[in-house]
Formats: sequence, structure tokens, C-alpha cells
Amino acid sequence: MSIRKQFDLELQALKNELVKMAESSRSQLEHAVKSLYERDVELAEQVMKEDEKIDELDLAINEAAILLIAKQQPVATDLRKLIVAIRISTDIERMADNAKNIARSTIHLGEDHQLEIDSSLKDMCDVAYEMVDLAIKSYRDEDYKLAKKLSELDDSIDRIFGQVLARQLTMSATNPQKIQLIMQVAYVARYIERFGDHLTNIAESILYLVKGENRDLNE
Amino acid sequence: MDFKILTGLDKEKEAIDRQLVFTTQDLNLWYGETHALKNINLPIYEREVTAIIGPSGCGKSTFLKTLNRMVELVQGVHTSGRIEYRNRNIFDKNFRVEELRTKVGMVFQKPNPFPKSIYDNIAYGPRIHGIKNKEILDQIVEKSLRGAAIWDEVKDRLKESAYGLSGGQQQRLCIARALAIEPDVILMDEPTSALDPKSTLKVEQLIQELKADYSIVIVTHNMQQAARISDRTAFMLNGELIEYSDTDSLFSTPADQRTEDYITGRFG
Repeated sequence: MSIRKQFDLELQALKNELVKMAESSRSQLEHAVKSLYERDVELAEQVMKEDEKIDELDLAINEAAILLIAKQQPVATDLRKLIVAIRISTDIERMADNAKNIARSTIHLGEDHQLEIDSSLKDMCDVAYEMVDLAIKSYRDEDYKLAKKLSELDDSIDRIFGQVLARQLTMSATNPQKIQLIMQVAYVARYIERFGDHLTNIAESILYLVKGENRDLNE
Repeated sequence: MDFKILTGLDKEKEAIDRQLVFTTQDLNLWYGETHALKNINLPIYEREVTAIIGPSGCGKSTFLKTLNRMVELVQGVHTSGRIEYRNRNIFDKNFRVEELRTKVGMVFQKPNPFPKSIYDNIAYGPRIHGIKNKEILDQIVEKSLRGAAIWDEVKDRLKESAYGLSGGQQQRLCIARALAIEPDVILMDEPTSALDPKSTLKVEQLIQELKADYSIVIVTHNMQQAARISDRTAFMLNGELIEYSDTDSLFSTPADQRTEDYITGRFG
């Protein structure tokens, strides 16, 4: 048995919290996008409210990690585990913020608008969900090869984002009266794209965790 | 507290081609039948702090004591391989052990001042080396005590017994005593393990200051200490040198799984 059993248990607990947090941010995105397509302002408000919990979890994870660093004075992989926990927590918190922003757009658009929302946003989200699942698996198993795949998936989000944006631009030219609404859709596309970027950051953190290398996968 | 944390070899330092003070080639050592050091190849660089870590019985203290041939005081010891101090074979018949130990001083785990005054503790070595002139001895005593960052604390009681000093002060006195014979290298065998945290920090800070003029090899059980104060770290296990690299790398991304397990406290 490891002589640092307690420390290992605490590291594992931290890891579990992060996985939970990532799952929450995934369902936040799902609900936010659902609220957008279904013009469900009430659901959007729930998403806004739920985000506070994720913010709290981020703070709790940060505090726990800092405390472990102070008390256990970890080195090498142990230290990287804690640094990475702090980094990933920040990224998940930002992912959730992007979901919250989408919910805000739903509220902004209201329940009575006549805008047909670009269906490709759902395609972007499908890739994002796949990325969250992959990130969780990659983090759990400390599998940096899976992490590398995340940046490839992010590229496909970026590609759809470009297409959505181009369509919104065309629409705004032909429907100048709806420009405010169309802008909201463009924003949402941007939020999902950012959501994906944070997952790529998480991939970088996992790479650092396993290999001790800092590399920019967003390029 | 003005405590400087130097985390290792920075780029600028790496650019300098450091001189070697010690090289060891395939050093083996046996205590009777026990093979205590196995094929050690461990260069020691000038004006750096080299830390040697490893679990009890791994051979780190034995290695340290081999560098100034102190280990030969133990009965039944025999060695093979080669140790060079500044390109001279330390086992060579023409290299007098007294000369080696003048160049390579040692500080031990427990402070071991002589039962003499503070002044005489420092002046002892220079006197043995034939210095009789009071003025010169005064200068050496002051310089050594200043060098060991203890002058201000003892300058008004130089004639008092060294036993009246605190543990931390005694250890710095012993470092001053080592400095008095103007060594080139200082070997330290767990110099802070008997000290309280504050005295430990003082000695650590002193080590940082001393490396401007001396090469220091320190054996320590305290891994955080090795990480804090050394430029290079060697990890030994069962008489073998498992890993030797700059301290930053060893404590952040060790190359060997056994090093990782030891420094993260998974065994040892």
C-alpha cells in the first residue's frame, strides 16, 4: 500500500469533482442550446442559475488544490496533478460561462421572435459534446493520445463556425430589420466555438500532466 | 525574511562551461562483503550545490565520505574505480590525505564544536597549518565567522565556550571552522537534520551564499531542501546512482520511475 494513501485519496477526490464539473458544463450547454431552439426562457433562466453552482465548484477545487500544495508539498507528477486540476477547473468554469451566455441570448431573443435559428449550431454542439466526453476519458485515464484528438475535433467546430458566420452575414444583408436577432445567433456560434477552445486547453493540460510538456494545441 | 529561493540552473549558468572539481569513474566500494557503492559515475561541478538524496542505506553518505577519503577510517573498506579531484587521482600515493582534506572540508549532521572557545574553534585548523601570528589568526577568525554568517552573533563573546551557542549557531560555527582552512569544496552530511526550522533556513541561506566561492556537496534526507538549495541533484538507491540531473528537471520531470516514486513519497 502506498505510504501516501491519504494524499492519493484526496487527489482522487479532486479528480472526481472535476469530472463532475465537466459533466455539468456539458449539460449546461445542452440546456442552453435547447432553450435557444425552443425559445424556452424559463429553461434559460435555470441555466443562468445553475452556473452559480459551477462557479462555486471552481472556487472549491482551487482552494482544495492550493491546500494540498501547501500541506503536502508535492513534486513531479503529484504537483502537475494539482496544477492541472486548477487549470482544468478554470477552463470548465469558462465553458460553463459560455453556456450561460447562450442562455442569456435566449432570454434576449425572447419567446416571440420569428427568427429561424441556424441548425448548424446543433452540429457544433454535437462535436462539443463529443469533445467533453473525450476530455473526461482522456483526463481519467491520463491518456494524452486521446487529448491530441481533441484539437482535431476543435478544428471541425471552427470550420462549422466559419460557415455559420458567413450565413449570418448574408442573412443580415437581406434582412436588415432582423439584424439584432441575427447578431445573437452569431454570438451563440461564437460561444460554442469558445467552448471548444477551452476543451483544447484542457487537452494541453492533460498533455502537460502526462508528459510534463507545455504545448499550444490551439494553433 | 530575506531568503532567496534559487531553483536551479538557469540558462545563463548553463552557458558557462563549468569546471569539474570531482570526477568519479566506476567507483565501487565494499564494507567487507557488503557492496555499498556500485559503479558510480558522478561529476561534481565547481561553485554549485550538488545534492545527493536517497533512502537510508542507499550509499549517499558513503559516497560523500569517499570524496575526502574519510571512509577509509572504517575497517574493512575497499574500493575500486577512480576519483579525481581537479584532475588528480585522490588514491594516488603522492596525494597526501591531509592535503586532500584541507581542500575538501566537511560539516557533519550534528554540530561538533571542540570543547574550546569560539575563537579557538576557528583558529584550530590554521594553527595546525603553522599560522602563529595573532593578527593573521584574528583576521582568519573574523573572515570565517563572517563567511558563515555568524560574526554579528558571536563577535562580543569570542572567548566564551562554543558549547554556549544554540544548535544552529554551533552548526554555522562548524561551517566557519571548515572555511578557516580555505577549502575548495565543502561536504555536508545532513547539516540541518538536527536543527529547528529557523536555523535550518539560516544554514540553507548560508549555503546559497557560500557557493559563490566554494563547491558544495550536500547529503540530505530533506527532499524539499535539496529542491530549494541545490543546482544539481543525484538520486541514489541501493548503492547505485539512479538519476543525476539539474535539480529543476529532477523534481519536476524525473526520468526514472524510481526517482519519481521516491520524491513523491511512494517509497523510501
